[in-house]
Amino acid sequence: MIRFAILAASLLPLSLAAQDTKKEIERYQQMIGEGSPAELWEMEGEALWKKPQGPKNVSLEKCDLGLGAGKVAGAYAQLPRWFKDTDKVQDLESRLLTCMTALQGRSLKDATARLFGSTDRPSEMEYLVAYVVGQSRGHKMAVPVRHPKEKISYELGKKIFFYRAGNWDFSCASCHGEADKRIRMQDLPVLSAPAGAQKAYTSWPAYRVSTSQLKTMQWRLNDCYRQMRFPEPDFASEVTIALTHYIAVTANGAPYRGPGTKR
Amino acid sequence: MKLARLLACAVLFAPLALAEPSQREVQDIYLRDFHTKGIVKKDAVAQDAVQRICTMTNDRPSAQVAKRLEADQMKTIAFPSGNLMGDWKRGEDIAQSGRGMTFSDAPNVPNGGSCYNCHQMAAHEVSYGTLGPSLLGFGAKRGAGEDAQRYVYGKIYNAKAYNACSQMPRLGFSGTLTEQQIRDLVAYLLDPASPVNR
Repeated sequence: MIRFAILAASLLPLSLAAQDTKKEIERYQQMIGEGSPAELWEMEGEALWKKPQGPKNVSLEKCDLGLGAGKVAGAYAQLPRWFKDTDKVQDLESRLLTCMTALQGRSLKDATARLFGSTDRPSEMEYLVAYVVGQSRGHKMAVPVRHPKEKISYELGKKIFFYRAGNWDFSCASCHGEADKRIRMQDLPVLSAPAGAQKAYTSWPAYRVSTSQLKTMQWRLNDCYRQMRFPEPDFASEVTIALTHYIAVTANGAPYRGPGTKR
Repeated sequence: MKLARLLACAVLFAPLALAEPSQREVQDIYLRDFHTKGIVKKDAVAQDAVQRICTMTNDRPSAQVAKRLEADQMKTIAFPSGNLMGDWKRGEDIAQSGRGMTFSDAPNVPNGGSCYNCHQMAAHEVSYGTLGPSLLGFGAKRGAGEDAQRYVYGKIYNAKAYNACSQMPRLGFSGTLTEQQIRDLVAYLLDPASPVNR
């Protein structure tokens, strides 16, 4: 973030010297658009991915994200999926926790110490997620529903999507079930249909300008449930993974575009 | 004959039934995977009759079932006696505020009604949602008589008493808004001086 700011600021004297203010402003705006801060999270995440850590002092480079140990390119476009070693359907975040504990020998308490970051206290999880999802940019979403547990997960996710509860009687479909609706000025995608799911899912995880943070899909669902007036879901719980699985499968066929940039 | 048909059905739908969890199982998974945080208790993920039946029927229960649910919900509404019109200016603040009832909200802070999240109301507020119908000019069309006041009060207190599977929260029943706050919203919608009607 700081590096980015210095880079941007260093161009200002140039623009003044050029005397063609309008043209320079256009160039400056274009630069901001191209240099998404999400890239800084990806770079930081890559460094963390390759850094030996934990009692075993190994990096995450041998982590199997579904396409084989160490294969990161395109892996996120095929998550969540069933994993043989855990016999569970896992999303990216839960799989990273598996690798941090099994591969690096870290305790779950250590691996989950900071799942959601803030400006002054960044999150290892958010950095790692940024790196991994960036390696799927341009890959077509192809989330499997083949293994019996993947079928169970998908069906459960669908049920979860339409399950009404909480003090305000909401389900996911209350806001994301009808076309061309919005909350205040915010457009709401229909996540139970391919067009809406593709548009929304392929732009998450995302850098949020309002918080200057890159937020994960697990965070996105956590905050949805907060706004739905539900209690808090456990991180990487079956509810959140099945729901992610359902929306991801609905988004199949579209190229992954993230990490995105949101307001 | 009947048994044979049933068996045939069971065989046909067996693979589907295996993968698809029952609503009870979904509730148990919700109860297992959520925890109490702040002011929101874990139990809030368990469904009451309205939530359960609306989920089961994709919000389209039979007319008979809907009628029964609505009658039961109507019994939850405590109509105050006398004039139901409060102060439309306070009502506007309540309509604007989306605060309250989340697990990150502090206790003992007045809740908002989140009305503008879903409804257009006064013409001067352009940041409004479209999940609910526009209420622009609501009172100008309906008048501010006793029946209109009673309807608006009841609808805000418990929308499910009028439409069993309405997407609108039961703002009085859930403890989101107080009697006085709902009266202020009644005035915001019905008072001829309110910007909703001018």
